[in-house]
Amino acid sequence: MVIDVVMPQLGESVTEGQIVRWLKQPNQPVARFEPLVEVLTDKVTVEVPSPVEGRLLSIEVPEGETVPVGTVIARLEAAGATAPATPEPRPAGTVQSTGPGPAGLDAEGATGGGGAEARYSPAVRRLAREHGVDLARVRGTGHGGRVTREDVLAYVAARQRQATAPPSAPPEPPSTPQRPPAVSPGRTPEPAGAVPASPVRQVIARRMVESWTTIPHAWTMVEADVTALAALREQVRETFVRREGFELTYLPFAVKAVVETLQEHPELNASWQDGRIVYHRSVHVGVAVGLEDALLVPVIREAERLSLVGLARALHDLVRRARERRLGADETAGGTFTVNNTGALGSVLSAPIINPPQAAILTTEAVQRRLVVLKDDQLAIRSIMALCLSFDHRVADGVQALRFLNGVKRRLEAFGPGMPLA
Amino acid sequence: MAVKRMIEAIREALDEEMARDPRVIVLGEDVGVKGGVFVATRGLIEKYGPDRVIDTPLSESGIVGVAIGAAMNGLRPVAEIQFADFIHPAMDQIINEAARIRYRSNGAWGCPVVVRAPYGAGIRGGLYHSQSVESFFAHVPGLKVVIPSTPADAKGLLKSAIRDEDPVIFLEPKRGYRAIQGEVPDGDWVVPIGPARIAREGDRLTAVAYGMMLHLALQAAEQVAGEGIEVEVIDLRTLAPLDRSTILASVRKTGRLLVVHEDNRTLGMGAEVAALVAEEALYDLDAPVRRVTMPDLPATPFAAVLEDAVLPDTQRIAQAMRDLARE
Repeated sequence: MVIDVVMPQLGESVTEGQIVRWLKQPNQPVARFEPLVEVLTDKVTVEVPSPVEGRLLSIEVPEGETVPVGTVIARLEAAGATAPATPEPRPAGTVQSTGPGPAGLDAEGATGGGGAEARYSPAVRRLAREHGVDLARVRGTGHGGRVTREDVLAYVAARQRQATAPPSAPPEPPSTPQRPPAVSPGRTPEPAGAVPASPVRQVIARRMVESWTTIPHAWTMVEADVTALAALREQVRETFVRREGFELTYLPFAVKAVVETLQEHPELNASWQDGRIVYHRSVHVGVAVGLEDALLVPVIREAERLSLVGLARALHDLVRRARERRLGADETAGGTFTVNNTGALGSVLSAPIINPPQAAILTTEAVQRRLVVLKDDQLAIRSIMALCLSFDHRVADGVQALRFLNGVKRRLEAFGPGMPLA
Repeated sequence: MAVKRMIEAIREALDEEMARDPRVIVLGEDVGVKGGVFVATRGLIEKYGPDRVIDTPLSESGIVGVAIGAAMNGLRPVAEIQFADFIHPAMDQIINEAARIRYRSNGAWGCPVVVRAPYGAGIRGGLYHSQSVESFFAHVPGLKVVIPSTPADAKGLLKSAIRDEDPVIFLEPKRGYRAIQGEVPDGDWVVPIGPARIAREGDRLTAVAYGMMLHLALQAAEQVAGEGIEVEVIDLRTLAPLDRSTILASVRKTGRLLVVHEDNRTLGMGAEVAALVAEEALYDLDAPVRRVTMPDLPATPFAAVLEDAVLPDTQRIAQAMRDLARE
């Protein structure tokens, strides 16, 4: 018996995956649950085990390619099955094309809902019969390219429009961004060597370009006086380490301040979606963790439900597992706001790039001892931390951004010695 | 029209019906002097006396048996079972007697009994105070099964149940006794047993729910509406007889069905609604029918984290709505 191996759904919000590395080659035997292929989703690499014992017949998706969840990526012959001597070869990653539809109705590369083996819902079949639609010509927008009821109705509507409308000019091709001019000959810098970017770097590259080119970033910064917070940290340092087994950093305080402020002013706990601003009920805080070769952003879900110590534990756990590459695919998805503790790297000021589809990202910078002028013209040495915010100017303006930032500052400055750590 | 909690609306219905019809009596454990374990009957014994508000021994089979006998002799008893979890000793009386009297008398006799019981999880009630029992009774022809999800419906449906000539199992979502508040019409407000209620209109998918889950389904619908998914939410209100036409009309409009209940999955109401749609509206379905339910567990766990893990919540329902809309 031949079994299709499909791209698994490795997390609730995951819709596609990239083939990193095939661990088996065609004709090699595989044991049940033996790792077959490494798949990358959302920066987390997962080994996909073989569902049966048998032999790998063919690889349908080559390394490096990204395909939607549910796509056939390989075919296996289950043990004890009499398989055809040679499986029908198929070019990797394609489905049998079913012929183009009428112009303007069929997107380039549309597969007519999955080609020859397409399955249609009863509603789709009934509508196709009623309207005389050849379903192979309809582009599917459902799960895995399935043709949905709405697709058939849209097709019928488009066909009617086409029948009644005068022929129109072809749509404008999308404008391509100007390529940077090549370096003039004779001045080419000598490369010190080139390596293909790792899959994780490619994901980061794609995300950053998407963010930078689609989100109008605005940037602002305030300074918080964390002298009292520093004293509080010093005061509880030893007992905390003894009790929890790890150091108490500034980060949990910052995250706590961010979450509480977002609850008070939810304008930045939002996403821009097709001309609408979607406000999120809970605060799912992403925390950037820099590794040697990648940047991961594990998410603390429903952070508003956690106390300060709860946040400290969650942060410690996520950072540790991010460094050990033991994060689940779901744990880096679904954030509604990101905090990046750039201060840990010694930064005193940064302009972070927003993590789409979020509306803002905050950095907490290194604490500096500074000579400052107090309200009564006294000079004092204080601990100052810069808080930098990049925000989506479509979602909010400076008024909301600074209301938020000052809320975080106010809360950070309110921490002080003698406070019980809950 | 005043805003009331569900428990107050239930008390109001009992009070009004007892005032209106001297044949109405209330009986159950602690319904008299104490006013009921959830105070649904508070103040009734002072008003109507111990002959009409009867404190019974701890004996569910006896409570329902006495109610059936009283009904056969011209009274209209409302029997309270403290928790739906304790109703099982009365199963014989309910199924073998009350449900069959109309049939075995060739339509000559009714059995106007109402059995009230608080049901459902989410209050850290553990193994003996959390059960959902609706499917046991919805399976039995001859019984009507009613579950209100709003104070107005609680009042109106309970009054209808008391006036019904045949037995009605009236299950109350106890987690909503105080949590659910809403406007309750004053005076003789009656909601007919049978018709479901469209609690929210939408065109992308149909979500069928009842009791406490109705409120979670509405919250979830609100959440996904922000993402462009308009869900039609149907409050069943009456599980037996099922309002087939409202369900079918909605599914014919949306092409997708999600059923939400906190009862176990296997043979829960979701199975019946799914079968109905498969039989009557297959050619309108554009996706498989989906269910969000409690898993098949012997009982609701007592540990808070475990209860939260198994009981459907707004997030799970919203995710099921998203998945079904994209299917």
